[in-house]
Amino acid sequence: MSVHLPSHHPQPQQFSDRLMLAVAGIGLLPLLLVALVAVLALTEPRFLGAVNLLNILRTASVLAVVASGQMLVLIVGGFDLSVGAVVALSSTVGATAMAGVAASGASPALAVTAGCAAGLGAGAVVGLVNGLCVAVLKVSPFMVTLGTMSAASGVALLLTNGIPVYGLPDGFVSGFGRAVWLGLPSALVVSVVLLGAVAVMQRHTLAGPALRAVGGNLQAARVSGVAVRGWTVAAYVGCAVLASLTGLLLTARIGSGQASLGGLNMTMESIATAVIAGVSLRGGAGRVEMVALGAVFLAVISNAMNLSRVDSKAQLVVLGVILIAAVALDELGKRRRVRV
Amino acid sequence: MADSHNGGFTPGPDGPGAEAPPLLMLSGIGKRFGGVRALGNASLTLTAGSVHVLLGENGAGKSTLINIIAGSFGPDGGTYCLDGQPVRGLTPQRARQAGISAVFQEFSLAPNLTVEENLFLGRERHRLGVLDRRAMRLRAQAVLDDLGFDISPRQRTGDLSRAHQQMVEIAKALMDPVKVLILDEPTASLTEAETERLFALVDRLRAEGVGIIYVSHRLREIIRLADRITVLRDGCTVTSIDAAGVTEDGLVELMTGRKMEALYPQIPHAPGDALLELSGLTLANRTVEDVSLIARAGEITGIAGLVGCGKSEVIRAVYGLETVSSGSIRLKGQAYSPSGPARALTAGVCYFPSDRVAEGLALGRPIRENASMAALDRQRGVVRRGQERSFIKATMDRLRLRPANIERAVGTLSGGNRQKVMLARGLTRPTQVFLFDEPTVGIDVGAKAEVYDFLRDLVRDGAAVVLVSSDLPEVLHLSNRLYVMHRGHIAAELTGADITEAQVLACFFQEDVA
Repeated sequence: MSVHLPSHHPQPQQFSDRLMLAVAGIGLLPLLLVALVAVLALTEPRFLGAVNLLNILRTASVLAVVASGQMLVLIVGGFDLSVGAVVALSSTVGATAMAGVAASGASPALAVTAGCAAGLGAGAVVGLVNGLCVAVLKVSPFMVTLGTMSAASGVALLLTNGIPVYGLPDGFVSGFGRAVWLGLPSALVVSVVLLGAVAVMQRHTLAGPALRAVGGNLQAARVSGVAVRGWTVAAYVGCAVLASLTGLLLTARIGSGQASLGGLNMTMESIATAVIAGVSLRGGAGRVEMVALGAVFLAVISNAMNLSRVDSKAQLVVLGVILIAAVALDELGKRRRVRV
Repeated sequence: MADSHNGGFTPGPDGPGAEAPPLLMLSGIGKRFGGVRALGNASLTLTAGSVHVLLGENGAGKSTLINIIAGSFGPDGGTYCLDGQPVRGLTPQRARQAGISAVFQEFSLAPNLTVEENLFLGRERHRLGVLDRRAMRLRAQAVLDDLGFDISPRQRTGDLSRAHQQMVEIAKALMDPVKVLILDEPTASLTEAETERLFALVDRLRAEGVGIIYVSHRLREIIRLADRITVLRDGCTVTSIDAAGVTEDGLVELMTGRKMEALYPQIPHAPGDALLELSGLTLANRTVEDVSLIARAGEITGIAGLVGCGKSEVIRAVYGLETVSSGSIRLKGQAYSPSGPARALTAGVCYFPSDRVAEGLALGRPIRENASMAALDRQRGVVRRGQERSFIKATMDRLRLRPANIERAVGTLSGGNRQKVMLARGLTRPTQVFLFDEPTVGIDVGAKAEVYDFLRDLVRDGAAVVLVSSDLPEVLHLSNRLYVMHRGHIAAELTGADITEAQVLACFFQEDVA
């Protein structure tokens, strides 16, 4: 959805040109978000309530972390359909390990550590398989991640038979998942820290230019000596790890491991968020700050629909329409660019 | 590279400095891509502190050779010595470490990165993975200033003009100390002033002892820069001479070499009705501006021009592959507005793309299916396999396909046979206007002759043939009438005895008064 315009336009003649330039300067998304919030604040008295706002931010934070992982993969020119399934996998594997270790009489700290390690490890393995298949075997990301999506959700269901895994240490659930830090839900704080870490990685480490170069011009990256395969694998692993962390955060909040967490819906939302945030589907571009805004935008829309009692099934239709509109706008922006 | 002595080294017979080992010596280099031979027996000897021009027509193998030197392709055979040491298993990274830097026509820049990010791509300054952006910005600015390029390191590369991108590309090649610098048509997108600055830079690097391999079609700059000239023809080094005293005429003779009159059939010239008329054609992307031309039945209308002059775009526009912004097209006397290939085929126009792999053929499918592809709508929804087979078989026999098995996958064929499959498409439905885009690029001489015979037969049967080609002898010999294009415009229309190399080259290399 990023609108690019030639910077050397001498003098915009028409009002629409001026408007486009202004939009290009700030970006369409923040403007849309401000407009949306303003309309809701005026028309819906419940919208600005503290509980409602915190609710929105909590929803947005979960989505933002998954979508920032999705962004990493989109930047290298791929995409990841398995993120929703990885959320479920890390939740069930993490909870099963945690409950098992706790039941064996080990200290809660050990149980939490083991559970988190198991959850993250399971997710990382999925990411590694995705990355290796794409980077080394050159399988299309669509097929690879479609396959791992099915496999990961299958493992999650096999492990639990669809029954929630209880028996998590109290410290993990009430001490962490449902805790309130600085007046904010713990998940929100953790998400902000994670997003900050991704932002620092993008701006100040080798990963920033390397990932963008791989997605922007693969051949150029290769002849410039960038480890193209390595960074591709790293992007998929990073994406899966962020999805696993989301799975663990959700597990801590609801107090049990569930194979129904995440799912295809979250995958869709993560792609929609990233695209709304201007992450290019052709790779090479994407900023985590915008992804966070994109997540807030989607969360506000979903909140507005909830407040005005839109059927949850109808909400799926809206999400689909938003996704297609965002992609179409991205495509139009690209075409405008090429003509320049 | 291992550090050893140069004991067994003997300089090549054509090496100018017979005492010191040449900086770079290639001999007997060969390279095939699938069924196509790109290089047969190419040799090159580069001495330090000299400018070595590679000269050859399009498709002579220049770009393959420089790609081998830069490590992008591995040669199939021959020897490659750097500083007298044989080199094997070269990759672009290793070549760069060894001091071989290349500036290619296709840029090795990521458009979405900033200039400084591109300059340091793959060799970022960092401490434990944390970028030292300040140091990189200072260094990038210093390099750009040193080269006299007026570019900000913080600009997004994709937003720069092509000329500025070319400068970034050159700066990138010079970030590390270089021994061998390869410049592939570096002035193609530069203005006069920028070109002068580039020449000054080349002079400076030469004085610093860098060996420069320079590929260009512009005769004037070759004479200005070259110390030595190696001529490639059909993938082989024909000769390597000292540049002192060469003239533009001499260069043209070297480049085109032998006259292969025998290769070209006599094209009967019986001009009939104007089947295709363009007037004032201008494309949305401005690659073609105000082009007017006529193609008549019973003659070959040639369009010559340098790469990128818009000659392909003209016929692609007629076929509906480019967006027309103004001007009109008349087909068989009727106004025609191109909307896409399907419409063009129905109207009796067939286009044969130059890139047969990307735009022409489904490599995994058999010849039969590829040949009948353009006529699928004539089968009324049901493919009658038997009919299709006998019809395509007859067509391919007429084109002398060897081996004559129409069930082979197109991917297994040589360039010449692939082109025959493309040609067969034009025969599967009634077609009066044939548009050929570089019909003989990448195919061997024997197949070329057959393609030419095919063109002759078409003209004899009363079709209008438009031939776009960068192969100068080809358009010179085959065209009954020849348009020469230069920077999107028609520069000249030549007929009969006026169709000469000198006339065409004069248009190619006319200085731009812009």
